[in-house]
Amino acid sequence: MSPQLEIQLIAMLVAAACALPGVFLVLRRTAMVSDAISHTILFGIVIGFLVVRDLASPWLMAGATLTGVLTVWLVELLTRTRRVHEDAAIGLVFPLLFSLAVIMISRFAGNVHLDNDAVLLGEIGFAPFDRLVLLGVDLPRAMWVMGGILAANLLFIGVCYKELKLSTFDAGLATALGFSPALLHYGLMTLVSLTAVGAFDAVGAILVVALMIGPPAAAYLLTDRLARMVGLSVAIGALSALAGYWLARTLDTTIAGAMATMIGVSFALVFVFAPQRGMIALLRRRAGQRWIVAQQMLAAHLLQHEGTPAAEDESRLSTLGEHLRWSPGFVVGVVRRAEAGDLVRRDGDALRLTARGRALAVAAMTR
Amino acid sequence: MDRSTAAIDVTDLTVAYHDTPVLWDVDVRVPHGVLMAIVGPNGAGKTTLIKAILGLVRPAAGQTLIDGAPYAQQRQRVGYVPQRGSVDWDFPTSVLDVVMMGRYGQLGWFRRPGKRERELALAALETVQLQQYADRQISQLSGGQQQRVFLARALVQDAQVYFMDEPFAGVDAVTERAIIGVLQGLRAAGKTVVVVHHDLQTVPEYFDWVTLLNVRVIACGPVAEAFTDEHLRRAYGGRIAFLGGGSGEPHPAPPAEHDAGPAVIVGTPR
Repeated sequence: MSPQLEIQLIAMLVAAACALPGVFLVLRRTAMVSDAISHTILFGIVIGFLVVRDLASPWLMAGATLTGVLTVWLVELLTRTRRVHEDAAIGLVFPLLFSLAVIMISRFAGNVHLDNDAVLLGEIGFAPFDRLVLLGVDLPRAMWVMGGILAANLLFIGVCYKELKLSTFDAGLATALGFSPALLHYGLMTLVSLTAVGAFDAVGAILVVALMIGPPAAAYLLTDRLARMVGLSVAIGALSALAGYWLARTLDTTIAGAMATMIGVSFALVFVFAPQRGMIALLRRRAGQRWIVAQQMLAAHLLQHEGTPAAEDESRLSTLGEHLRWSPGFVVGVVRRAEAGDLVRRDGDALRLTARGRALAVAAMTR
Repeated sequence: MDRSTAAIDVTDLTVAYHDTPVLWDVDVRVPHGVLMAIVGPNGAGKTTLIKAILGLVRPAAGQTLIDGAPYAQQRQRVGYVPQRGSVDWDFPTSVLDVVMMGRYGQLGWFRRPGKRERELALAALETVQLQQYADRQISQLSGGQQQRVFLARALVQDAQVYFMDEPFAGVDAVTERAIIGVLQGLRAAGKTVVVVHHDLQTVPEYFDWVTLLNVRVIACGPVAEAFTDEHLRRAYGGRIAFLGGGSGEPHPAPPAEHDAGPAVIVGTPR
């Protein structure tokens, strides 16, 4: 495998692994927890490094994952005192741990490759140089790590799918039925931390958030079923990562930055063009509703005056705008649509309801 | 089912948030096969009482038995309908899926719902007249329909004792009738149903048992004995307006066995 292909595969693995727990963060409205965790794991990484003096040690990964869970716990502890709201608690806990980590790097670990640039942006471009042979297969270490984390995430969400769904939708019922939302919450947070630790090497602290939140937020606009949202998140994340790689190559710039940019672009595209919930669909639906309501009003108006002495005057095309207080242009538009829909037909200058139009008027008035 | 034990037996239950007691020394004993309303002013602890019984809030003291045993051993026999506003109705899921969640307790950890759960859920949706909405996204439902989805979800739990937190909140009169019909059907099948209720006027008509609550239990028993002017005044204090003799408004007919005169209430807190 060429290094270029390896980088692309790693990028897609990172994005897919991040998107999975991200779905539940978005649905639980705790998206910013991922921001906190992706920063505070640095504290664990530094502490771990100072203890084992080896950046590749699994102990370092375990320690860093634990720091992420610790962050969640500290935020909850602080929130539970009711002296601080959750968002402020996040803003208090994570900068503290993150800045401690930054101080420790510059003080004790500045001469290893754990530098502040790598922390912020990662170094996915160098990933193919760090190799690991497992079961006789020689692949970049990052590919093994992210593949393993992706598998762990798939396993957890696959096995606990029903439990995660219930505790995310209705934690009260989950508790009453004997499931433990707290256990599931911490299970999920452990995976978020582990995923952030793995992704950290590749894309750095800041972009982990983009990978965890962007694809699920886009998928949320594309479907109204949880299982599909999970699948779409993974697909959007992986494709954005791939697009980001090629953007970075074209512009000769940072791969991680380009990946996050493409996630933003994906979200923007979905936001505008999503078939049901996109902005265009929304505006078109609103415009359509305006015409539909107007046609109902027209039908109801004609029905009300049908057979009355005023009917001739009230149903004349030329005076309709006056009676309904519509502009002449709007009258033309409504009548044209009503005619096309076989609701009314023209009889000289007068409008007559068809059977369909009469049924619509009755339905609209008795609703 | 052992008829000698109460369906619900709450003794000396006290719940406090920090230093403020929300429930104080509550004793409630509910026999099998009754439809009971919990009424009381805002902040009386009605929701907290249900949550404490279901283990959702931790009591400072006291114990609760469902059918003679602690709740943790009786989960399968208890159905729960939380307040409609307690969940996110934009959650990406279908009506049928939400109703099937009622079966998750029987399924236990890790087992996935299958054909049987689907059939039970569809049957429950039929009971609440929502079968044609099974595949709808839940955000497309009206408030009354959402409430009926929750009711259907409780029905598939196939419980003996049901707790419902304000099932009539924000539903129209027709839906309210439909829901009370289902609840009375449950009672007829020998189930015990406990409902947090707000409309005092309908208490004698809908329910046969009532608990008046205001942090303490004011009264608990058959509607004829417990739902009296005196008890209502103690539960609601000055926040209740009794219509004087000069009022031109019609009094609703008191139930025959209601000896303490009609409790005519206007402007009850909702």
